[in-house]
Amino acid sequence: MTTTLSPAPNRPAGRTRSHGRLGDRLLLGYTWLVIVWLCLPIGVMILFGFNQVQGRYNNRWHGFTLQWYAHVFDLDGLTNALKASLVIAVLSTVIATALGTLLGVALGRYRFRGAGASNLVQFAAISTPEIVMGMSLVAFFVALNVPLGYLTITIAHVMFSLSFVAVTVRSRVLTLDRSVEEAAKDLGAGALDTFRLVTLPMILPGVTAGALLAFAISIDDFVVTNFTAGNVETFPLWIWSAQKNGLPPQVNVMGTFIFVGGILLALANAVAARRRPA
Amino acid sequence: MGSLRARLTPYALVLPGGLWLAIFFVVPTLILLQFSLMTGNEADGYAFTFAWQNYSHSLTTYWPQFVRSLEYGGIATALCIVLSYPIAYWIAFKGGARKSTYLFLILLPFFVSFVLRTISWQFFLSDNGMLLGPLKEWGLVPADFHILQTSVAVVGGLTYNYLPFMVLPIYVALERVDPGVVEASYDLYCSRTQSFLKVVLPLSLPGVFAGVLMNFVPASSDYVNAEVLGGPDNTMIGNIIQDQALTVRDYPTATALSATLMLALLLGIFAYARALGTETVLEAAAR
Repeated sequence: MTTTLSPAPNRPAGRTRSHGRLGDRLLLGYTWLVIVWLCLPIGVMILFGFNQVQGRYNNRWHGFTLQWYAHVFDLDGLTNALKASLVIAVLSTVIATALGTLLGVALGRYRFRGAGASNLVQFAAISTPEIVMGMSLVAFFVALNVPLGYLTITIAHVMFSLSFVAVTVRSRVLTLDRSVEEAAKDLGAGALDTFRLVTLPMILPGVTAGALLAFAISIDDFVVTNFTAGNVETFPLWIWSAQKNGLPPQVNVMGTFIFVGGILLALANAVAARRRPA
Repeated sequence: MGSLRARLTPYALVLPGGLWLAIFFVVPTLILLQFSLMTGNEADGYAFTFAWQNYSHSLTTYWPQFVRSLEYGGIATALCIVLSYPIAYWIAFKGGARKSTYLFLILLPFFVSFVLRTISWQFFLSDNGMLLGPLKEWGLVPADFHILQTSVAVVGGLTYNYLPFMVLPIYVALERVDPGVVEASYDLYCSRTQSFLKVVLPLSLPGVFAGVLMNFVPASSDYVNAEVLGGPDNTMIGNIIQDQALTVRDYPTATALSATLMLALLLGIFAYARALGTETVLEAAAR
């Protein structure tokens, strides 16, 4: 719009532009520098999964080997911890996605008394420090005499990922064209059919994005899990308790698997979302 | 009948998730506050005695850790703003077709567990590790030089771990800036600097505020970085709470410390949320 107007006559356009080009190049270089910094520990993690470790500490390079990939599931404690993490992540993702989607649809679509309070609680749940959440849950479960374990971890994970799903779905719902749903109703679809056949397919990208987010938050969570786990060890908790004596390279291999798997899932979701335009 | 049903629909949708949040978030928070005023221990049970001394005792005992947490969190947040702004600016205005690729690269660390990333830094920075080992062998740094167990390592770790949470909201705010407005400022004889200071920067401030929220809260209540990268002189309030709750099992002290931390941070958050509108911050938090 404004760009079609001719520029003001006295503006030193040429100088600005060449100055801009150098600045842009500096900014580009800087951005890449920070990206390298961000990825450095990931590189270290992946690299040392291939290290011929000597002694307890896996922090100096001693040569290339694939043996840790061959023996990745040799440590029972670590393997069980990874299994526990996966089970909890799947379970809490399913529950959080179901509850969060309903919540997101309600908040995005309807105006009702209590919507403000609901928003406020979600906002508080997202912004409360994790350690306070963990401490509150411990106090809660201790007061009710609920033994800490799988159940309490899953409850906690659903609680903190629910709001993220709701927010993601809500912002998707807000972009939808309501007339499509009204058309379905005019054509005789009931409320449930309209939701199942029209609304749900339209908000699906928001739902899958929310589910992926919930899964990622759950499998990575350390702080709240540390508080609510009791004797159960998840992948991050196992790493935490083992780190003082040096981590076995199997941890690097599993970390690499999770990293690659996560990237593939995210890319698949991005491709699927592009193929299914809003 | 139909209208009643229509009016009840949103409540039916909200109910399951709302109940979950009420029972497992709101109620536990209230119990935390209740616990923080109780006396007793695990063996003998607890009694509610309005024990305000839990607060005075834990605040006077752990005051240095409280101050240190806010200090580390504050410095890390400030560093994140300075480091993130140019990146967010470049991606938003010059990223072109590759915007989402750059954002994806910035988010890459999140595909590795937070604890593992921090431990990876510990390996990298360890006294005779990948970085310092060769430097010491070549005589470039003295043999007793170390990075771990210092406040620099802890603040560096906090900055590293929360940087993407600053880039994203600033990017979202900058991305919404209408290029026409910037163009208009040039037409009105603004220099590049003036245009940036008077147009772009003010428009991006909500993003900076959201980023501050998303950085300062988790950074100042973190204990993983202090534990893995720091030493006994770098203990933060999170370490104390974790220790009191999980090792000492002194729940009244641990809950009083948590409640103080929460109240201090929530006061700041609600001041922010009021200034910005809850939904803007929520939306920024969701991206």
